[in-house]
Amino acid sequence: MDPFEDTLRRLRETFQVGHTRSAEFRAAQLRGLGRFLQDNKQLLHDALAQDLHKSAFESELSEVAISQGEVNLALRNLRAWMKDEHVPKSLATQLDSAFIRKEPFGLVLIIAPWNYPLNLTLVPLVGALAAGNCVVLKPSEISKSIEKILAEELPRYLDQSCFAVVLGGPQETGQLLEHRFDYIFFTGSPRVGKIVMTAAAKHLTPVTLELGGKNPCYVDDNCDPQIVANRVAWFRYFNAGQTCVAPDYLLCSPEMQERLLPALQSTITRFYGDDPQSSPNLGRIINQKHFQRLRALLGCGRVAIGGQSDEHDRYIAPTVLVDVQEAEPVMQEEIFGPILPIMNVRGVDEAIEFINRREKPLALFAFSNSSQVVKRILAQTSSGGFCGNDGFMHITLASLPFGGVGASGIGRYHGKFSFDTFSHHRACLLRSPGMEKLNAIRYPPHSPRHLRKLVVAMEARDCSCTLL
Amino acid sequence: MEREVQRVRQAFLSGRSRPLRFRLQQLEALRRMVQEREKDILAAICSDLCKSEFNAYSQEVISVLGEIDFMLENLPEWVTAKPVKKNLLTMLDEAYLQPQPLGVVLIIGAWNYPFLLIIQPLIGAIAAGNAVIIKPSELSENTATILAKLLPQYLDQDLYIVINGGVEETTELLKQRFDHILYTGNTTVGKIVMEAAAKHLTPVTLELGGKSPCYIDKDCDLDIVCRRITWGKYMNCGQTCIAPDYILCEASLQNQIVQKIKETVKEFYGENVKESPDYERIINRRHFKRILSLLEGQKIAFGGETDEATRYIAPTVLTDVDPKTKVMQEEIFGPVLPIVPVNNVDEAINFINEREKPLALYVFSHNNKLIKRMIDETSSGGVTGNDVIMHFMLNSFPFGGVGSSGMGAYHGKHTFDTFSHQRPCLLKSLKREGANKLRYPPNSQSKVDWGKFFLLKRFNKEKLGLLLLTFLGIVAAVLVKKYQAVLRRKALLIFLVVHRLHWSSKQR
Repeated sequence: MDPFEDTLRRLRETFQVGHTRSAEFRAAQLRGLGRFLQDNKQLLHDALAQDLHKSAFESELSEVAISQGEVNLALRNLRAWMKDEHVPKSLATQLDSAFIRKEPFGLVLIIAPWNYPLNLTLVPLVGALAAGNCVVLKPSEISKSIEKILAEELPRYLDQSCFAVVLGGPQETGQLLEHRFDYIFFTGSPRVGKIVMTAAAKHLTPVTLELGGKNPCYVDDNCDPQIVANRVAWFRYFNAGQTCVAPDYLLCSPEMQERLLPALQSTITRFYGDDPQSSPNLGRIINQKHFQRLRALLGCGRVAIGGQSDEHDRYIAPTVLVDVQEAEPVMQEEIFGPILPIMNVRGVDEAIEFINRREKPLALFAFSNSSQVVKRILAQTSSGGFCGNDGFMHITLASLPFGGVGASGIGRYHGKFSFDTFSHHRACLLRSPGMEKLNAIRYPPHSPRHLRKLVVAMEARDCSCTLL
Repeated sequence: MEREVQRVRQAFLSGRSRPLRFRLQQLEALRRMVQEREKDILAAICSDLCKSEFNAYSQEVISVLGEIDFMLENLPEWVTAKPVKKNLLTMLDEAYLQPQPLGVVLIIGAWNYPFLLIIQPLIGAIAAGNAVIIKPSELSENTATILAKLLPQYLDQDLYIVINGGVEETTELLKQRFDHILYTGNTTVGKIVMEAAAKHLTPVTLELGGKSPCYIDKDCDLDIVCRRITWGKYMNCGQTCIAPDYILCEASLQNQIVQKIKETVKEFYGENVKESPDYERIINRRHFKRILSLLEGQKIAFGGETDEATRYIAPTVLTDVDPKTKVMQEEIFGPVLPIVPVNNVDEAINFINEREKPLALYVFSHNNKLIKRMIDETSSGGVTGNDVIMHFMLNSFPFGGVGSSGMGAYHGKHTFDTFSHQRPCLLKSLKREGANKLRYPPNSQSKVDWGKFFLLKRFNKEKLGLLLLTFLGIVAAVLVKKYQAVLRRKALLIFLVVHRLHWSSKQR
């Protein structure tokens, strides 16, 4: 018995009837989402604290407020985004109406991860709803408390004829993926990303894959180590390092490393106190499996700062590793924890070479007082996004798209990019039924005279196209 | 195969393909190739599809030249970084989108417009700074051969290579890793391409096909409608992905439609279509037989003549076609035009929506409301109202499918965008660290509130104006109090000035 069959059929039928098309309906859904966030704020904070030991600061800023911001942005701009977009016309189409119509795809599947379980579920949802789709949401089963709220509370705020939450682990998700969707939005690891895309290929379903990688962070010699330490540490240890865009490892000279270590220690103490385990501002590892994985990584290189762990609490201290070899596990997989290895390089060239030998990351960071150095790293590398002299601030700007490239992902979203991702851009050309004389040149029988006319007409154009 | 791809990748990693000047040079070289070797190119296309030189030129070469010129003109602007709107937090920073090449791109072409469907994507891939591997369709043998011969003579030989071969070679090729794959062809192979791409998380653009419906309303000028449909349907002997595949109309229109198409066919191709230099042939025996089988059991209103030796199939129209028959089950891709009678536009819309989303949709009517309804209540890659094919020709449109007719789009700037990574960049300074103290732990509620303020607050222009006005009002009040004596003396003057201003603003 297929547990999803009925739900999917119901949603598809609703879509076919055209229920989700009007701006009023979509706006109502978005407002419902907004109310969900308002009404359940405390519940959500508690759940995030339970799942990831998130502080009120982190929960508010990186989960609730971001989601609320996207809802508001979508509500403000919905009608403008939905408008037909008129395009420049050619000589032959001057008298016609030429526009791009934004259409919903139909039935959208959103598979969300556990590290920012609210944000990474709701922000794509905003885009999918704004674009007029019906949505099946599959929250992560690993962030159990949030999963529960999403399953029990969220549907009450949305029209359930076009929205459903489905639950389950890898097996159920696999089963779900056998069905046909009109779009699949997945956030998670590259390994599972491949599985999702392979499943999507069977139905020719377009996908957006927000994956990950090892985000390099280059630190130039000419920087103030304390400022760099502040910025890097904040982004690295935010959410106990479980952030897809966190700086994964540092690249700097041995001299810079010497200056950075005491600065990092000072920052960590200032942020989390002498006993980080008792700080309310440091998160915990999501589950035992990841805890064990991270604990094993503590054995790589040499622990310069931190290194403590507590299995009962799933606590790992903010850690910095040095003397790490490229072949060690901590440099082979995305860390996704509060561990920061430092790799030594002699100068920008070596750093660029190091970065380019590896998979394209989701984010890339470069710290330098010289804008030349920053721009050079930008020009000679590739990554999903880039931030100079700071951590992942670039993802807080809704006017910048968020997504990966290469192994770090396919597609992008945030703000208007979400709306565009979940819409089919349909080219519409409405010609006049008259003016047939103008078409004469394209009809056979053809003669050399026709060809000459055509070539002349082509040369006279100011926008490229053929006259035919 | 692996070695070839590696060689191209090494060439890309050398950075040679990235500078604007290089890209423009390559595009100019491509243009020279098309102009200098026009005869050879046309000859190849003509022999593959039995196409006249005029048709080969006007259907393929002209579009290519147009795209190159468009690219040359606009590329300098497209490669520059585009600044984006900033928020309060990033006010003093640089924020922009920087287009960058993806790397090594694979373009798999189709046989129906064998030159255009390889070169048009190639133009965009080069413009975006990538290295390109081209795999022309083996079915259009002569074009495949000429591309392999000419491209290395004009373009960089390590960055842009042609690999020819059949299914076996293509399968081997697809095992390699690319940074983007653009495939034009059918749905079945489209799935294979996407599955192969999934192994490497390679993004794909799939230009597939389907059955493009053509609805003819009662309220239209059938003469013009039938001319336009005839042109689009029988062009390239029906072997066009966006050809009107079948007609939906009320039964009463069928006979007239048949008559007018018949007349138009005669006008276009003469009494003996077989002898018209403007009428093409089916690409090979397999497709010839396939199309022939679609005619079985059908009511042939006119046409239907075939000649296996020359792979000729006459322009054919079928009437009263049963939707369950074979001709309505697969994309025809041939000069056979079924007419499926429907009672009204509601039925037509339902008919279309019961099927896979097509690559193109056509609707003919004088009634704009009806056309609008057709568009609103269906989905397709693209639409042309009151004509066929034409939306393909405007390169400010993204050209692509939806659902089983494809994913992604290209043409014009959209090709450049498809083959680029638009990288978001935020450049901050190491100064002003004080401002960051707001975000660092230990945290407090006030930090939360301030954080939200900076992240999310948007200033409403009107509210700001009001705020400014209030502030000015306060300043004015203070000033008035201070200079009371002076003002009393000049009271009359001030009164007149204000009165004048008020009067003149009322005038406006």
